[in-house]
Amino acid sequence: MADALIRFVDVSFSYSSDLEHGFEALAGINLEIADGEFVAVLGHNGSGKSTLAKHINALLVPTSGKVFVAGIDTQDGERLWEIRQKVGMVFQNPDNQLVATTVEEDVAFGPENLGIPTPEIHRRVDEALKIVGMSDYRLHSPHQLSGGQKQRVAIAGMIAMRPRCIVFDEPTAMLDPVGRHEVMQTVIKLNQEEKITIVLITHAMEEAILADRVIVMEEGKIVLTGTPREVFSQVETLAKLRLDVPEITSLANRLRRRGFAQIPNNILTIEEMVNVLCRLG
Amino acid sequence: MSYIYNAGQPMAHEALRNVSLTIEDGEFVGLIGHTGSGKSTLVQHFNGLLRPTAGTVFVDGVDIFGKDVNLRKVRQKVGMVFQYPEYQLFGETVFEDVAFGPKNMGVPDAELPGRVDQALALVGLDPGLKERSPFELSGGQKRKVAIAGVLAMQPQILILDEPTAGLDPKGRDEVLSLVAYLHQKENKTIVLVSHSMEDVARLAQRLIVMARGKIVLEGPPEVVFRQADYLEAIGLGVPQVTKLLQALKKQGFAVDPDHYTIEAVEDEIVRLLETK
Repeated sequence: MADALIRFVDVSFSYSSDLEHGFEALAGINLEIADGEFVAVLGHNGSGKSTLAKHINALLVPTSGKVFVAGIDTQDGERLWEIRQKVGMVFQNPDNQLVATTVEEDVAFGPENLGIPTPEIHRRVDEALKIVGMSDYRLHSPHQLSGGQKQRVAIAGMIAMRPRCIVFDEPTAMLDPVGRHEVMQTVIKLNQEEKITIVLITHAMEEAILADRVIVMEEGKIVLTGTPREVFSQVETLAKLRLDVPEITSLANRLRRRGFAQIPNNILTIEEMVNVLCRLG
Repeated sequence: MSYIYNAGQPMAHEALRNVSLTIEDGEFVGLIGHTGSGKSTLVQHFNGLLRPTAGTVFVDGVDIFGKDVNLRKVRQKVGMVFQYPEYQLFGETVFEDVAFGPKNMGVPDAELPGRVDQALALVGLDPGLKERSPFELSGGQKRKVAIAGVLAMQPQILILDEPTAGLDPKGRDEVLSLVAYLHQKENKTIVLVSHSMEDVARLAQRLIVMARGKIVLEGPPEVVFRQADYLEAIGLGVPQVTKLLQALKKQGFAVDPDHYTIEAVEDEIVRLLETK
């Protein structure tokens, strides 16, 4: 495995309103995310997953413990902008992230703030819009776009900052199936072609199965971690946490309970299930 | 019924084209279609929030756009839970928010606490939350407060526009169980607008699929899902387990692909494996 890009060392965090009752939104997190890795984070609302995400680009800093991004301590206030340039964030609501009157101005906003020379900004905007497949919309107003297109513009704005890592906090939760597909295709492309490290917070299991590694959170702790196949084979643990498993995995487990133990408990896709049933038949 | 946004202006856009549709008393209808298909525009006509450009809507036999019709009465009968209804909470307390609808309808103040308690019980919220500010609650709880506010008006027909969007699996299951309960135990007529095939397939008796402002498919879930390729072409899909049965059938297995819940698909595959 390559060097860790992101490192959490014994990280605990309490929101100020919770300090007096000692409630910890993060409770002793140790985690390393390698450069180029694609990690999905699952957990129901209140499990601490968004709090974890906000520590990666120093929107929050630990109450105790340390977070390092490319070796930089996120509590080093002088290097805050260096961290934010390395780690971009894309949020759930596509309407709250776009600021400018045209798509290209929006994408240029971040690099302009970094003080990058204009010709270089043009190059970056061109490149970023091309990667997300939105070049034809550069002069459009963001509010004319669909939800999926808005999210892709928000992603382009991040890409233009040339980050090492992008953290996505439920980027598809407010989108329809077409928008979801567009955004997830973009996420995969960023990881595979642009080699950007991805941290994806999601409730959608069909998105989590695309990751290299899945982390499951509960009460501020990491309770399961592994490849999607390893994690989703823990059907009962996930049910106890009131999380979904992919529908096909759930079906495989139901069939096992009906006495078909030959069916593996870690099937993730329709194709795998068809193959297994063909072999049994 | 037809509806044109910005009629007569350069930006005019025909959102509904000659839609005709009947929903029976006590029915549970799933209305699906991707963003821009016209489904939200359609349901906003059901209680007179939008006025059709052509055609009309009858609720319980009454033309709601007719002369002398009191739209407030229509809205009492047809409750509407909008997308992200928690964004519309405004009261200082949960009580105030839930009581707002019935109070506006003219329910006497003395009856309001009873209405609020009943609505909160329906959505499964602790009555102790009544005096709390809705803004202190979790996202799932806020959504339930907003739904309780509609239920407190005791509508006979309930329209829910993407009621599970943005919720986690636990919140989603709770909201869907509530909708099922309202249909089965309270005999409400339900229109559930969604783009989640899994959600609507499990609950609805009939599906109505919209695309480009028209109804393009209609029928019981198993009939609609037979058109898997068409549904994908218009940006929708069929439940994963239905897709599995269709794939097995293509491979030459003797399965009936007309199942769409995990329980039924499990039985179908067990039958297949046992008859080998």
